[in-house]
Amino acid sequence: MRMVWAIARKDLWLFFSDRRGVVVAFVTPIAIAAFFGFLFSGGGSSERAKIPLRVVDLDGSAVSLKILDGLSGEEALAVTPQESADEAEELVRRGKTAVAVVIPEGFGDAAAHAFFGVGARPSVRFLYDPSRSAELAMVRGILTRYVMEAVSSETFTARTGRKVVDDALAGLENESSMEEADRDALRNMLEGVRGWQDRVMDGGSEQASGTSGGPGSGLTIPFDVADEAVTAREGVKYNGYAHSFGGMGVQFVLFTAIELGVGILEERRRRLWMRLRAAPVSRTVTLMGKWLGGTLIALMTMGITFAAGILFFNVRVEGSWAAFLLLILASSLLASSFGLLLAALGKTPNATRGLAIFVVLLLTMLGGGWVPAFLFPAWMQKLTLAIPTRWAVDGFDLVTWRGAGLAQAALPVAMVLAFTALFAAVALLAFRWEED
Amino acid sequence: MSGLEAVDIVKRYGETAAVNGVSLGVEPGKILGLLGPNGAGKTTTVSILAGLLRPDAGEVRFGGRPVAGDAGEWKRRFGLVPQELALFEDLSAKRNLWYFGSLQGLKGEALDDSMTGALDFVGLLDRGRDKVGAFSGGMKRRLNMAVGILHDPEVLLLDEPTVGVDPQSRNAIFENIEALRRRGKGLLYTTHYMEEAERLCDRILIMDRGKIIADGTVSSLAAKLPAENRLVLEVDAEEGEWVEGMKTLEGIEDATFEREGLVLHVGSIAEGSAAALAFLEREGIALRSIESSRADLEEVFLTLTGRRMRDG
Repeated sequence: MRMVWAIARKDLWLFFSDRRGVVVAFVTPIAIAAFFGFLFSGGGSSERAKIPLRVVDLDGSAVSLKILDGLSGEEALAVTPQESADEAEELVRRGKTAVAVVIPEGFGDAAAHAFFGVGARPSVRFLYDPSRSAELAMVRGILTRYVMEAVSSETFTARTGRKVVDDALAGLENESSMEEADRDALRNMLEGVRGWQDRVMDGGSEQASGTSGGPGSGLTIPFDVADEAVTAREGVKYNGYAHSFGGMGVQFVLFTAIELGVGILEERRRRLWMRLRAAPVSRTVTLMGKWLGGTLIALMTMGITFAAGILFFNVRVEGSWAAFLLLILASSLLASSFGLLLAALGKTPNATRGLAIFVVLLLTMLGGGWVPAFLFPAWMQKLTLAIPTRWAVDGFDLVTWRGAGLAQAALPVAMVLAFTALFAAVALLAFRWEED
Repeated sequence: MSGLEAVDIVKRYGETAAVNGVSLGVEPGKILGLLGPNGAGKTTTVSILAGLLRPDAGEVRFGGRPVAGDAGEWKRRFGLVPQELALFEDLSAKRNLWYFGSLQGLKGEALDDSMTGALDFVGLLDRGRDKVGAFSGGMKRRLNMAVGILHDPEVLLLDEPTVGVDPQSRNAIFENIEALRRRGKGLLYTTHYMEEAERLCDRILIMDRGKIIADGTVSSLAAKLPAENRLVLEVDAEEGEWVEGMKTLEGIEDATFEREGLVLHVGSIAEGSAAALAFLEREGIALRSIESSRADLEEVFLTLTGRRMRDG
C-alpha cells in the first residue's frame, strides 16, 4: 500500500507543481458550467423569452385586426406590425426576427366564407428563420387560435356573418351533388344561424351580443392550461446550473484522465516508466498507484466544480446526498480507468492527447453534458445509453434537481461503475509491460 | 557467481536478433564494460538484465539463481542508471529521490539518510530542494546516477551515463564510478566511447549486431591486433613507389598512404620511427610532422568488424 501511495503522491506533486495549470483545471469547468447554466436558466431572467414576430396586415379587415389584437396580447410573443412583406422578409433573412406572418388582402372575407365551405381557403404566408423552426411551430399554433376566434366571431355576428350565411344558403341550393336530406339539414342549420344573427342585430339577446361568452364572441379554445414544473418537490424550482455543473464536471474529470493517460505515455517516452518497472513493484501496485492518483485528482476537480455550483449558483442536492457522493466517486473512478485505457491503447503522447480530446468531447456531447439528452432525437436517446457519460449526467440530474433517492440513483451509479470495470479490464489486457 | 549474470540470452524482434546469445557476468568490485556502436544491442541487454524485457531464450541470474517476478527481492539488489535523464523535471531533487526510494521499499529515517547520502555522493547536497528543471545537464546526469545508487544496490547497471555531459561533469561521474568500485559494487558500464571504457573498465565486452565479438582486458584485446602501435607521418610527397619501399624496412609491418598521412604499423615505436626517418632522408622526402599512438579499442573494433565504431 505504501508503494501505491508513493506513486499516487508523486502524481499529486506533479499536478500541483504547475500552479497555473491547477487554477485553469479548476476554474475552467466552473466558468463553462456557469455559461451553459445561464443559457438553460433563461439568461438569468425569471420571464420567459418572447418570440419576436412581425405581422404584415394587407387585409385591414375586422377579422385581421382582431387577429393582430389577439397576437399582440399573447405573452409568448413580441409582436411588431410591419408595412410590407418585403421588409418583413428582409428582417427574417437578417435574423432580426424569428417569424413574420403576412395576412393577405381579402383574408377576412375569404376565411369567413371558407368557414362554411364556401369558396377557397385563403393562405397566410409564414416567413421564418430556418434555424428557429421550433418557434415557427409555436407561432403557428397561437395564430390558429386567434384566426379561429376572429373568423368565428365575425361569422356568428351580423356584421360580416349575415352575408356569408346568405351566400352559403344560395350556394346550397345550387349544390346538385348533395342528397336532399343532407341539404335540408344544412339549410336548417344555416337558417338557425341567420336567426341568431337577426337577434344580435335587434339586440334581443345579451348572450348573443357576446357580453357573456357564447357564439357571439366566436369559437374559443375549450380549455385552459395550468403549467406546473415537476421537480424534486413543491417549491423547488428547476435550476439550469444543476445540469450544466453535472455535465461539465463529468467532462472535466475526463480531461484530467487524459492527463493521466498521456502522463504515463510521457513517462514511458522519457524512460521514467522504465525506472519504475526496474523497481521491485508489481504490475498491480503500479496500476493501482496510477489509478489512485488519477482518481484523487478527478475527485478534487469534480468536488471543486460542484462546490462552486452549490456556493455561487444555487445548485442543490434535492435528493440523496449519499447517492450524489457515490456518483462523484463513480465518475472519478470512471475517469481514472479511462486514463489507463488511453495509456494502454495510445502510442505517442501527442497523438493520444489529440484523439482523446476528441473522444472526451464526443462522450460529453452524446452523454447530454452540453445540452440535456431529452433534446436528442428518440433514436439517439436510446443509443446514448451505451455511453457512460449519459448515465453519469442523468445521475447528477436525478440527485440534484429531480430529488431522487439512493434507490432511484442506484442504476446510474451501477452503470458508471460497470463502465469503469470494463475500461479497467480492457486497459489491463492491452497494457504494454515490456520496456526496450 | 555472486553477482548479476546473463546466460546465453536472446531477444528477437521479428527476424532481427537484437541480442543473440549474449553471456556476461557482473562481479563485485569490478567494472565490466559493454562497448559497441549505437544499435549493437547494449541497451536491450541492460533491459533484459534489469527485468524490463523477457528474453526469448537464455536466462538472467542473480547470485547464481534465476531471477523472477516483477516485485522480486532481486530487484532491490541492483540499481539502474538509464541512458536518458529519467527524472521528473517539475519536482525537486529530493522529491525525485523520495519517489524512487519509496519504490525500492525505503521509508522513514532510512529513506532520509539514503537521500542525503546519495545527494552527497554526487555533490548535489545543497541543491536537494531545487527543481530538477533548473539543473545543468551535468547535474541532471549526476542526479540520474544518485537515483540508481539510492538503495545501496550490489550491482549498478550504467547505460551510457555520460552522454551529452561536459568534461568536468564527466570526470565527476568517473570518480563516482571508481568510488563505487572501491566500495565493492559490481558495475556494468555500456558506452560507445573507447576512452571511457579504457579508463574505467576492468574487463571489456565488445558487442556488435547483438553478439559479443570480443572479451578481455584492454591490453589483451589490443594484443589481438596485427600490430599494436602506429606512426602517422605528414610528408611533402605524393603517394608513390616509395611507400612500398617503406614496407620492406625492418620493424615496420605495414605502410599505407591515407588522408591523414603515411600510416605505419610498427612493433616498437622507437625502432619503427628511427627506420622511417632514415628512409625519408635517403629518399629526400621532407618530414613535416610525426605522431605516434598505441593501438586502442577503436582499432580493435575496426580490425574485428571492418567498420569504425562511430559508423555504427
